Amino acid sequence: MIELQDVVRDYGGRRVVDRVSLAIPEGAFCALVGSSGAGKSTTLKMINRLLAPTAGRIRIGGEDVSTLAPETLRRSIGYVIQSVGLFPHWTVADNIATVPRLLAWPRPRIAARVAELLELLRLDPGTYRDKYPHELSGGQQQRVGVARALAADPGILLMDEPFGALDPITRGALESELGLIQQQARKTIVFVTHDIDMALRLADLVVIMHEGRIAQQGTPLEVLEHPADDFVRAFIGSDEIGLKLLTVRRVGDRVRPGIVVSGDPLAPAATLTEALSQMVVRRTDRIPVRDPSGAVTGSVGLSDLLR
Amino acid sequence: MSVRQNRGMVALIGTAAALALLLFLMPALGPLFAWGFPDVEPPIYRFASFPQVFLAHLTIVAASSLASIAAALLLGVFVTRPAGREFRALLGALAAIGQSIPPVAVLAIAVPVLGYGLWPTFLALAIYGFLPIVANVIAGIESVPVAVREAAEGMGFSPFQILRSVELPLALPVILAGVRTSVVINIGTATIGSTVGAVTLGTPIISGLVGDKLPYVIEGASVVALFAIAADLGFEQIGRRLRVRAE
Repeated sequence: MIELQDVVRDYGGRRVVDRVSLAIPEGAFCALVGSSGAGKSTTLKMINRLLAPTAGRIRIGGEDVSTLAPETLRRSIGYVIQSVGLFPHWTVADNIATVPRLLAWPRPRIAARVAELLELLRLDPGTYRDKYPHELSGGQQQRVGVARALAADPGILLMDEPFGALDPITRGALESELGLIQQQARKTIVFVTHDIDMALRLADLVVIMHEGRIAQQGTPLEVLEHPADDFVRAFIGSDEIGLKLLTVRRVGDRVRPGIVVSGDPLAPAATLTEALSQMVVRRTDRIPVRDPSGAVTGSVGLSDLLR
Repeated sequence: MSVRQNRGMVALIGTAAALALLLFLMPALGPLFAWGFPDVEPPIYRFASFPQVFLAHLTIVAASSLASIAAALLLGVFVTRPAGREFRALLGALAAIGQSIPPVAVLAIAVPVLGYGLWPTFLALAIYGFLPIVANVIAGIESVPVAVREAAEGMGFSPFQILRSVELPLALPVILAGVRTSVVINIGTATIGSTVGAVTLGTPIISGLVGDKLPYVIEGASVVALFAIAADLGFEQIGRRLRVRAE
């Protein structure tokens, strides 16, 4: 649990972060969203004490971070930045081993962990372990950046627009892999982005920031169904709110049991966008849905999307 | 090893060999100089042997360079820390002044205080060689990408660990380039130490100038020139090796 309580940060006479209060439950994926200068990165950097709050309190697991040694605190928190910041004079393996080395893990344990992480981030250990950062593509560098952040198995991962500089395809792939990693390892992730769609797709907790303040926080569904004000409505894109609602709702919640039709079934976790897309592709208004065991026991129709 | 690297290595070995030959076989060149300069007797400078003079020259350049390097590292690192940032401009100005005062002037000022011989020469060389090194220490440390430093800090490196594991290794090639410039310049400059009684390769040169014996000047100058070229080629090899390792 990460708690921010009335956190303020002034910079050069300007209030960059203004009385931000936030509770991020353990294992949650929290997206800090907003345009440039909204104070999201500043908020993030106060969590691992790269910046000190002007006022307010930040607690992790109940402990005030200002009472912890900054180095100890940071070694227990994964940190990924947009410009990656791999150490150019170290190999991929050395880069990933950074924090385990700082924590003085035994050598064989570090080597095993490096191999495990390279596998997790889909980089073949034999090929990539001994390469230098400049030999990798942008996407591969950021995979190593994520692996480095995960190396000492921290409970918390802070990510500052980690995939912002990557092409859309690479970014999409990394985002969905991050989603999987988060679900498997139950990390608490705080993710800074200006991409509201990404936030709605992956986050449990969406925090929309505007001019240093939190404009709204809630689940993606709450934010879409009840935008707090005109800024939030404009930011999430008022023209497309309906379509975005389809992307955060699941087929499983709209299925009509008993009405079975033929065709390839959708999983209950599929989004309503996928269902709508399949209806358009198959030129039908009803798509079969399977239950978690795999049996087709119902379907979802066009009118079910609108309920 | 690439062809170019090979060539650099061959040039280094060749120059060093030529230098050694010249040092040890100088007396054998006596007939050559006697033929060219029949009026000069003896044709080869003889008050000290060339290997001895060379060793003294090497020692004084090495010692003053080590002092310059130590001071430049210490001060260069200091002014790139948050605590020392405000002294950065001052240090730059001081180093520039040090570079702009001719070493001869330093000798003139230092002799009344330090006496004749080794020490005024050491001081003049250390001051003169300081600027190229400290400028590159600062430039090298400041060339470390902001993202790399931020990542290191975010991972939980202590400030000292950032300096030791990130900043200095990444700045090393740039620092080495400064050391190379400084050392090569001072190999030449050290000769003026002989005007205040230090034994250097300038000793035969000064003696030749004073006694109107041109062969002594040629002998001393050719050894200094070969020494400077060999040192330059040597640093080039070290620098190349560093770059290969970093890439």
